[in-house]
Amino acid sequence: MNLLSLIPPVLALILSPLLLGVINRVKARFAGRRGPPLLQVYYDLAKLLRKGAVYSRTTTWVFRAGPVVGLAAVLTALCLMPLGGVPALWKFPGDFILLTGLLGLMRFAMVGAALDTGSSFEGMGASREVWISALAEPALLVALATLARQAQELSLTRICAALSEQHWLHTGPVLALVVVALGLVLLAENARIPVDDPNTHLELTMIHEVMVLDHGGPDFAFILYGAALKLWLFAALVTGMVIPAGSLSPWPNLVAGLGGVFLVAIGVGVVESVMARLRLLIVPQLLVGAGALAATAFLLGLK
Amino acid sequence: MNALLLVALALLPATGFAAWFWGRTGRNPSGLAAAGVVAASVFGGLPAIYVLLGGELMPWRFPWPVPGGEFHLETDALTAWFLVPLFLLSACAAVYGAGFWRNGIATRRLGNAWLFYCLLVFAMMLVLLARNALLFLFAWELMALSSFFLVVFEQERATVRRPGWIYLGLSQAGAAFLFALLLILGHKANSMDFTHWAWRGVDSPVLAGVLFALAVLGFGAKAGFVPLHIWLPEAHPAAPSHVSALMSGVLIKTGIYGLIRTLTFLGEPAAWWGGTLLGIGLLTAIFGVTFALAQHDLKRLLAYSSVENIGLMAAGLGLGLLGWCLGEPVVGVLGLAAALLHAFNHTLFKGLLFLGAGSVLHATGSRQFEDLGGLLKPLPWTGALFGLGAVALCGLPPLNGFLSELLLMLTAFGSVLSPENPLAVAGLLTVAVLALVSGLAVATFSKAFGVTFLGEPRKPTTTPQENTGTMRAAMCILAAACVAVGFFGFMLVTPLQRVVAVLSPQFPKLFPASPSPLVWVSGAGVALLVLVAGLAVWRKTLLARRTVDATVTWDCGYARPHPRMQYTASSFAQPLTALFRALLRNRVRLSPPTGILPTAARLATEAPDLCAERLARPLFARLTTRLARWRWLQHGNVQLYVLYIALTLLALLLWKLR
Repeated sequence: MNLLSLIPPVLALILSPLLLGVINRVKARFAGRRGPPLLQVYYDLAKLLRKGAVYSRTTTWVFRAGPVVGLAAVLTALCLMPLGGVPALWKFPGDFILLTGLLGLMRFAMVGAALDTGSSFEGMGASREVWISALAEPALLVALATLARQAQELSLTRICAALSEQHWLHTGPVLALVVVALGLVLLAENARIPVDDPNTHLELTMIHEVMVLDHGGPDFAFILYGAALKLWLFAALVTGMVIPAGSLSPWPNLVAGLGGVFLVAIGVGVVESVMARLRLLIVPQLLVGAGALAATAFLLGLK
Repeated sequence: MNALLLVALALLPATGFAAWFWGRTGRNPSGLAAAGVVAASVFGGLPAIYVLLGGELMPWRFPWPVPGGEFHLETDALTAWFLVPLFLLSACAAVYGAGFWRNGIATRRLGNAWLFYCLLVFAMMLVLLARNALLFLFAWELMALSSFFLVVFEQERATVRRPGWIYLGLSQAGAAFLFALLLILGHKANSMDFTHWAWRGVDSPVLAGVLFALAVLGFGAKAGFVPLHIWLPEAHPAAPSHVSALMSGVLIKTGIYGLIRTLTFLGEPAAWWGGTLLGIGLLTAIFGVTFALAQHDLKRLLAYSSVENIGLMAAGLGLGLLGWCLGEPVVGVLGLAAALLHAFNHTLFKGLLFLGAGSVLHATGSRQFEDLGGLLKPLPWTGALFGLGAVALCGLPPLNGFLSELLLMLTAFGSVLSPENPLAVAGLLTVAVLALVSGLAVATFSKAFGVTFLGEPRKPTTTPQENTGTMRAAMCILAAACVAVGFFGFMLVTPLQRVVAVLSPQFPKLFPASPSPLVWVSGAGVALLVLVAGLAVWRKTLLARRTVDATVTWDCGYARPHPRMQYTASSFAQPLTALFRALLRNRVRLSPPTGILPTAARLATEAPDLCAERLARPLFARLTTRLARWRWLQHGNVQLYVLYIALTLLALLLWKLR
């Protein structure tokens, strides 16, 4: 096992809440505000971890298990994700299928916890969550299939390593389309604008936030941290596709990967600043569109 | 070892008739019958496991006084692979049934039911073991009839009789194709013995294609390929729950087994077979999961989910055949292995889920989602085990469903990498459909689990009773099997290598050897468990010395929340059913609230089966009118039928003498 491979997960554990801080700072700048401190999410996490908890009398162990299982799943998934050209801790043919499986487990746990409260708000959020993810998953996997075919490899690490600047030179449009598709999936899976608005204050319009209305204290800290890690995972995925990693030595690679992840966060912030949330009925079109883009890329890449 | 298998074969009908007699004398035969089935399963399971571990069993041949027939039984790895889940689920379902059919039902009826249960297990065993076409057809018909009598156990209700007729009609129609298939094969080889057919192949590609189509139709009717699936959502809810478990877990898999067995007779496959099977599989999977999502009845939902899973197996098999024909034997072996492993896994978790549905029905008297809710508190065991089965069915790690999902996806990704463009496009299509289906399965089963077991009871009832010891034990065994396969799935690789050798001797070498992805998945599963345990302990220590309060669910300050205000199953599924309305054609009857002070308003939605409504119903209506003019032939008079038989024989004799 490569000791270097320990660095990406550790960086993710330390830096992922900063991504949310960066997004909020970019949004504040666009709005002409000063915005919350960059480290605000760390403060929030520390505060939540020091609190007690209040549980609804309707809930059972499913409600308490949701955040724990969700965070454990996304932590396991971290071991599968390379950063820049640094290989992941675990790499095997089809590791990205395990990655999507783990994210699915996280979703199932959170949906179960939401339904456990018996609240219509949370039921509605859960319903929308499974609706959006059912449409985002084909787009994600078709995009990965396109990349796997381009790289002729079946593990994330090897795909990232095989995609070099030569690919960008020869099949640039293919990769560009895939990156756009992956970007749309990132926004949908992480409950960002234009699919979901993390800052809305009306329960009826939320998706992710409304599912966690009843969570508090350490449970909510787990959820918040899990969401930050999930954002990191997708940002690292998009970065890995864009950066031609094969040609650099490990340390510049790592810096480039890190830079890429934060650039993605800035990009999310820009999108959130210049766009409004889409009507819910339009969201399927967006996700089917993402899948269609990825499929087009696949067909373009056929020889 | 061979003798043990014979003992199992003899014990099953003996148990059945003993239970029947026992019921006639007014005693409850459930305990006796369950003990017999469990013993037969142990006796039969050991030789099957022995074969999977590399043992060899001598075939038996006993004379059978039927022209062309012979009592020829053989246990190869393919048979053993299907026998193991058959015995496991039969034993668990019988133990569960002993608790389920405890009291309150006439012992005479119980005796009859147990007789058919034992005959069904016996027939399925014989279908898997038979190596003679006539014996196979005999077992196939016995299987259809005994399961029909089990489906109509509550025959006094019209809602049970109608599904029973649909099932009987469709399984006889399917059997007609199998008669044609096996008789043509027998005629060509001039023998009814399977060993004379294997590896010979059929010389003309047109005839091979026709035989393949017959097999898809005949076995597809049993397995539930769209549009031949229409009996599943009818028969499964009508049958007692442990019978549904057995039918959905094992009986429909005999269709998959038959299809694979037939492929060994037909020789080199053609690419269009694979393409057809892949298309049917993907269509069946999408159709099944979409209709599962729209159901209001827990057992109907599970039945449609079985349709979906059969579709996944067919897709794996089809893509494998396509890869095999287009010069990618690795894809071929992966697809076959994925289909086989999925068949194995589906037995475990679907059996568990049907038993769970039975416990819900037993406790509340209802299968309708809008009557259920909050059952996890009164039924903690049923709820937890059903939840585990749901996670496994959704193909989520670390349980067994994920392993077959992984193999299916690897098949698809393997074909995506192929230099053959048609195979790559087929692979991409499979990737997209599999991803969509797994997303929809998560939606379906979070609905099934969430609406049934979580939240508040939607209808005030008396406190539901948790299931008793034997019922719980049966569910626990199946759940433990799901977990064990999830964590030790890599140990199934060697048996699978033996099984895939049945289709092509070069296959075992191509199967990804260790360290296979399955080992990594098991490792990740262990890591996940450790993390869950660690985080749970951390959370507990964090909360240990702090105030932990209990209150109501956040209700926006509304003064009088009511359980009826919860999100319903229909509303949970609505965004997705709206998206797929072109396929579902769901009917909505709405009387909206009107006026300034609205009073009663109603909304009812219904998703009748598209194939049953648009295809089967018009077809059978037309058939009925067309065939009505021949009704004078049918008098229900036995003497007349004997006359028909005699006339037919005479005609055949004259034709032969001509």
